[in-house]
Amino acid sequence: MRLESSEDVRINAAAGVAGVALPARTPSGLKRLTQEQIVLITTLVLAGIFAVLVPGFATVQNILTLLNSIAVLGILSLGAAIVIIGRGLDISQVASLAIGAAMAAVVMQAGGSIPWAICCGFAVSLAIGLVNGLVIAFIEVPPLFATLATNLLMFGLAQIFIVGSTLLVYVPKSAASFLALGRNVAGVPIPVLIFLGLALIVHLFLSRTRIGRFIYAHGDNPEAARLSGIPTRPLTVLEYSLCAVIGYLAGLVLMATLSSIDTQIVMGTEIFNVILVAVLGGVSLVGGRGSVLSVIAGGLLIGVMLNGMTLLNLGNDTQNIFRGLVLLAAIVGDNLLHPRDEETARHGD
Amino acid sequence: MSSTISPSPPTPFAARLKQVQYFWSPRQTFADLFAKTWMEPAIPFTVLVALLLVFSTIVPNYASAYNAGSMGREFAEFGFVAIAMGLSLISGGIDLSVGSIFALADFVALMGFSIWNLPVPLVIVLTVLSGALLGAVNGFFVGILRTRAFLSTLVTLIVYRGAFDLLTLHWSEQMAMSSASSPLWDAIGNGGILGIPSDVWGLVVIALIGHILLSRSRLGWHLTAVGASPRSARHAGISIRWVLFSIYVVSGMLSALGAVFFAARLASVGSQTGDSLAFETLAAVMIGGVSLAGGKGTIGRCLIGAGIIFVLGNGLIQMGYPGQVTTAVNGAILLLAVGIDVKWSKNRGKAIQKSYVNPTYLDYGPLPDAREGSGTPYAMNDRLRGAEAIALDQVEGPEDIILDREGRLYTGTRQGWILRFSGPSFKTRELFARIGGRPLGLAFDKDDNLIVCAALMGLYGVKPDGTVFKLTDQTNRSWFKLIDDSRLKLTDDVDIAPDGRIYFSEGTTRFDMHTWPVDGLEGRGSGRLVCYDPATGKTRTVVHNVRFCNGVCLTHDAQSILFCETFGLRLMRYWIDGPRKGKTEVALDHLPGCPDNINRASDGGYWLALVAMRTPVYDVAMRMPGFRMRMIKQLPIDEWLFPGINNGCIVKLDADCQPVESYWDPGGESHPSLTSMREDRGYLYLGGLENNRIGRIKLTGVDPTWTGCDSYWGKRRAAP
Repeated sequence: MRLESSEDVRINAAAGVAGVALPARTPSGLKRLTQEQIVLITTLVLAGIFAVLVPGFATVQNILTLLNSIAVLGILSLGAAIVIIGRGLDISQVASLAIGAAMAAVVMQAGGSIPWAICCGFAVSLAIGLVNGLVIAFIEVPPLFATLATNLLMFGLAQIFIVGSTLLVYVPKSAASFLALGRNVAGVPIPVLIFLGLALIVHLFLSRTRIGRFIYAHGDNPEAARLSGIPTRPLTVLEYSLCAVIGYLAGLVLMATLSSIDTQIVMGTEIFNVILVAVLGGVSLVGGRGSVLSVIAGGLLIGVMLNGMTLLNLGNDTQNIFRGLVLLAAIVGDNLLHPRDEETARHGD
Repeated sequence: MSSTISPSPPTPFAARLKQVQYFWSPRQTFADLFAKTWMEPAIPFTVLVALLLVFSTIVPNYASAYNAGSMGREFAEFGFVAIAMGLSLISGGIDLSVGSIFALADFVALMGFSIWNLPVPLVIVLTVLSGALLGAVNGFFVGILRTRAFLSTLVTLIVYRGAFDLLTLHWSEQMAMSSASSPLWDAIGNGGILGIPSDVWGLVVIALIGHILLSRSRLGWHLTAVGASPRSARHAGISIRWVLFSIYVVSGMLSALGAVFFAARLASVGSQTGDSLAFETLAAVMIGGVSLAGGKGTIGRCLIGAGIIFVLGNGLIQMGYPGQVTTAVNGAILLLAVGIDVKWSKNRGKAIQKSYVNPTYLDYGPLPDAREGSGTPYAMNDRLRGAEAIALDQVEGPEDIILDREGRLYTGTRQGWILRFSGPSFKTRELFARIGGRPLGLAFDKDDNLIVCAALMGLYGVKPDGTVFKLTDQTNRSWFKLIDDSRLKLTDDVDIAPDGRIYFSEGTTRFDMHTWPVDGLEGRGSGRLVCYDPATGKTRTVVHNVRFCNGVCLTHDAQSILFCETFGLRLMRYWIDGPRKGKTEVALDHLPGCPDNINRASDGGYWLALVAMRTPVYDVAMRMPGFRMRMIKQLPIDEWLFPGINNGCIVKLDADCQPVESYWDPGGESHPSLTSMREDRGYLYLGGLENNRIGRIKLTGVDPTWTGCDSYWGKRRAAP
């Protein structure tokens, strides 16, 4: 069964779990389009406008630069999407990115072999994911709050035990084979290839495996999922662990590209960009909606916007403001296209 | 007058030990304590006080006036933003943009003061207005367009931050060069009144106004309603959109107000301004007990939480730890506090319920022989078997019954009514009055008003024409008890002294109409005898800690009040007159069952109803508190051990309260668990808490003209 749209996913998940077939709706006009289709069309229109107006936009080189610029964000969003589809939220994903990568770099500096260094970083990131998952699944702390707390906790611990107060860790020159991760293969940047490969894997995982379907069921209606026998607590731990590990992968890619990692980004607003990419494409925060395609659509829109504005020589702050405004428009547009029914809306959406 | 007290058998040492062990119950204290709503903010408040104490012992000069002043100044700025965040959480949303609004407002304030050289009051107004405007943008999206608060304020957070960075890039140098100064501006930033920093005054004023608005005003109530359940709020006709819109505007204004003081204190803008405020205030208000789910929280809780986060961060820095330690400790404490909070709020009710009943050791002493043919006054017989049924299936639960001067029969029912039966064989059924609650004990005063103990309501009266009036529904609150027992709940039986004072009983202050038998299993005794004086209108508790205070009866000589201790299996006497006035003593001990109501008999003695019977197993169980505890925790209530209720038994006492004879309905075929009886004109009338009838038997060898009203108030007139 192919899962083309978030609508299908919702119906299938509900039908599969609760054994209840929802009546198929036949929306008309604009509403027939799914959110990721709308976002993709918007992206294409925007790209078209840039291609006409901005010199140097519609070149192969620029397209690759564009893709490279969203690779890390895209990888992060894939992890965030898994958690959000399971009706969670992981504010600490950037912590697993930065601290895991920093751990790997520190081990490399100390002379450890590259595979050993990568394993050490992996262990640190996995630990962050496990702490999140366990606290959320078993102590039942709201995810927003639990991950906010682990974010602070891990950042503090990392400074005390791993990176010190310098915050910035360099990858030693000796680790050249690691730094190759940031290069190109046949002109295509490796980060882009990693992003696309991971997207394919996550897509197959979410749509073709039993656990993937369970994640949709879990996000769509956690109580129904639990009652129908899905082990929702271990599933929650798995979701957050996957999110953290994917975050770590993004951290390695980022570190290879920059030859260093600045743990200061943990306290920054990067995580909000990640969530916005996922949500923009249709991975709804209510859970159980959206797919990998949503992440790709959201990532492309952000990428095209940023790239176009950079070519137009707009400053970083101006870009932030523009991006924010477009996102606000997207949120409002989503709200107008898919208005919430006040009678049936879940509380705390 | 003296009463006979049967001597108790000597208590073995092991039993004494058990008595001592179960005398106090920390678990009960715990249950009572945590049932209090003030306990929730009390815990974070204790943490705050403990933190302050710890830091003032560790850090030199921490408790000095100078340090307190500078800390207070910084805290107040944080406090404004915490209130802003708290309000947005109470509304069921979240305002992540508070830090960015704080930063932008800081910029506006400095712009107005240093660059445009505006007068200080205008600067303040302008800044707060800018905060309102920025908040209005949030309010427009979240409130009017109903987008999701988390996402929308996330985006405005980024947009505002971008705008702030852009603006400071252009203006920060000029601001630093500015030579603008004003004494008022300095007073706001660095001065104070009575040694207390000016912004602390500001925070106090705003917090007070905010508290009154939130807890006493229409907007505050609407806000809480919208936060708790938007759907119900909408159904109640509350305009969700405008309530939400205005709360985001208020949130923006509060953040801006904090920024005014910040700007006046530091007089410069840095790129980090307000950067971590969103995280810190969110953590603060949640530690204070404001729920993410919305609808729950107060200004006080916001400030307590803000205090904890602020004192902790500030104290660690003063102790010389680097910032990262503070970050880690903040994170750990958050995780811990919220984990405890989540688990606690989920299991609070269960924990209180589980620890609410705490059985104690109770030795009932020798069990009198009540077997048929045993020859004791309690010996079982079938003298109630042939009782005539009155009002069969026309009455539900006639707990108490009474007859007036005209011989009409009154009773309270399960529905909260007083029914009156009259006519030669009581065939006429009238609804005399609707009181409500559960009318139990009845008594006539000297003006022929019917005084009624309506359980769950209090003490009420009904005039002869059927008008209901309230006498009292509360008494003095007892000292040193955590449970507020001032409100009368399980009022049970009533009698009236010649001077008009009304004595009535309250069965228990810890259990209600449906769980009162559990009071017997606990065996601690929380009932009381209460006196209402119509002359002064005052209600006072006269006897405390009765093991279910039930029937009340004025003795024939009007010197004392007899009251039944249902789960103490004894009859007590409280002297209201004479040399022993105010003393309480045992009148009759070691009853074979649980006494319920007691009333006067025509021969100078008394009638006593036994609602349930002791069994040897029950006696043993009462000496084994641990066993009863396990029973209550592990078994469903219908399998618990209770005294036997499948009998009807009335005991006749003489004038000295000694048993003479008894009247039984063995097996309780028509009158199980009798709770009440009245003698009137040679008949004995019977009532039961769960019965569908009133019974009547003819008494032999009694005064056929004796009535209760005459006995209390003298013969006045013949029946009309």
